[in-house]
Amino acid sequence: MHDYFEHDADIGIIGRGNTVEEAFVSAARALFSLESDPEQLGQDVAIGVEFSEEDLEYAFITWLNLLIAKAHSERIALREFSLSREGSRWKGIAWGERWKEEMERGIEVKGATLTLLSVKKSGNLWEARSIVDV
Amino acid sequence: MDLSRLAELTPHSWKSGRSILYGSSSLIEAMDEKVLEQISNVSRLPGLVGAAMTMPDAHWGYGFPIGGVAAFDAEQGGIVSAGGVGFDISCGIRCLRTSLKKEDLEKGKARIAEVLFRKIPAGVGEGGRIRVSSEELETIMISGAKWAVDSGYGNAADLEYVEERGRVCGANPAFVSDLAKKRQFGEMGTLGSGNHYLEIQVVDRISDPAAAKAFGIEKDGILVSIHCGSRGFGHQIGTDYLVLLARAAKRLGLSLPDRELACAPIRSPEGEQYLGAMNCAINVALANRQILSHLAKECLDAVFPGILVETLFDVSHNTCKLEKHVHEGREKMLHVHRKGATRAFGPNHPDLPQRYRECGQPVIIGGSMGTGSWILAGNEDNPAFCSASHGAGRAMSRSRALRQYEGRKIVEDLAQRGILIRTRSMRGAAEEAPDAYKDVELVAEDTERANLARRVAHLSPSVCIKG
Repeated sequence: MHDYFEHDADIGIIGRGNTVEEAFVSAARALFSLESDPEQLGQDVAIGVEFSEEDLEYAFITWLNLLIAKAHSERIALREFSLSREGSRWKGIAWGERWKEEMERGIEVKGATLTLLSVKKSGNLWEARSIVDV
Repeated sequence: MDLSRLAELTPHSWKSGRSILYGSSSLIEAMDEKVLEQISNVSRLPGLVGAAMTMPDAHWGYGFPIGGVAAFDAEQGGIVSAGGVGFDISCGIRCLRTSLKKEDLEKGKARIAEVLFRKIPAGVGEGGRIRVSSEELETIMISGAKWAVDSGYGNAADLEYVEERGRVCGANPAFVSDLAKKRQFGEMGTLGSGNHYLEIQVVDRISDPAAAKAFGIEKDGILVSIHCGSRGFGHQIGTDYLVLLARAAKRLGLSLPDRELACAPIRSPEGEQYLGAMNCAINVALANRQILSHLAKECLDAVFPGILVETLFDVSHNTCKLEKHVHEGREKMLHVHRKGATRAFGPNHPDLPQRYRECGQPVIIGGSMGTGSWILAGNEDNPAFCSASHGAGRAMSRSRALRQYEGRKIVEDLAQRGILIRTRSMRGAAEEAPDAYKDVELVAEDTERANLARRVAHLSPSVCIKG
């Protein structure tokens, strides 16, 4: 349940889910679908991220930015994500495959920003938004 | 943008509160209202000197608008803002002049396109062919492009034509996270993605023969422009300090109209830490462009043996720099933020290399891959803390461009016009479609009419390696 919204220079991403964690996972799918086509990816490599953050909005961009940092430093295109939370402690895993020469590239995301950042419940669903710099 | 919200100062400058927007009515009208909202927010930050300004290529960004310029005085409680620099710290353009002529290029054009595409790491997921150790990265953070020259990438003459001779002071690796360092071990000498490119260009028009002569360019000459920044290293510093400075601002009671303006007083622990880390990223970017220039030279030499390739200039457009300016008759040291704006020192500026002292600094406005770019020269009486436009500026969102254009078709159409595009990303080609950008002619013209810089030469694209 991910989506995008307009921004002049960069791209707005939206993740929705029944829980905050699901919304964050969905937003990660939105973000990494900009870099590669998830349908074309395997998931033989996993990376883990862990962090502490009480503020939901900061937790959202911390989650995305840690995934970006790890994926880029280890040259992995990501396609699947899971995230759990105990209090302010967040623990996530992401799966994908290492970049290969023949893989079609999307565009590189430099980071998730604080602009139009929001994490809120809308009806029955949680929705997380941010502009990502590309 | 609704012009009725602005007071017209001149036909190419408009005022609202403590903000000045440069550009003709047509360019300003075409801008999103968000540009005014964002620059007005910047104008309310503590310690601002004069006005917060936008250049003619301005568009909606995050925190500062892209094309935003603002100077702050540390003595007056001035701030430094991570949002005023952006994630791609010291993104900029290195321009190389060559001894090649248009007719020589035509003979080897297809081959140089292939050689560059194979040799220049570009696009998401592409690592560099150079791996640096943690000790080497520490040196790069301090020495910038000089490290690259000392390591065999280019020669000392290049450094004369790089801002600050290829190395900024004030870099402090102690303020850089391990994650930022880790991201850069395999990314030295990479172009990146999005609007980054390496382009071979033909000089097709000269507007200022004297300045063109000083820059060493003539009609039908061939230049190479490399647009990229500090790669994952700078992106991570931007990420690390965005939240840190946003929290610092809250703790220090700074009332921010937009959290993305994340800032702290220059004279605060957080402000000093950010400046120390940001200067490391500037040096990394300068080293990165030095390596890419060397790789490009190797490619050119392989296809056109005996070619002479020299650095014309290297200028960054995402920085905060401590500079001396005269404001209201008084000389002051100011922290000038330029986010998507190019420094444009005028004639006789002491920081310019001797060769450019008479005509002013080369200012590069990078256009789209279909329309061309401009080289301008800085003016002595620039009204914007020696700043000018940096690019054509987007006219259309990436999402809209993606809906409207097909990457493969863009590449084919440009090939029909004799412009060879090589890219691993057809999505990127669609988003970077020439019509997704403003008319670079208008931007360059307005930059000149607003007295920010004067036009010297127009460059048309011939071969473009896109990230």
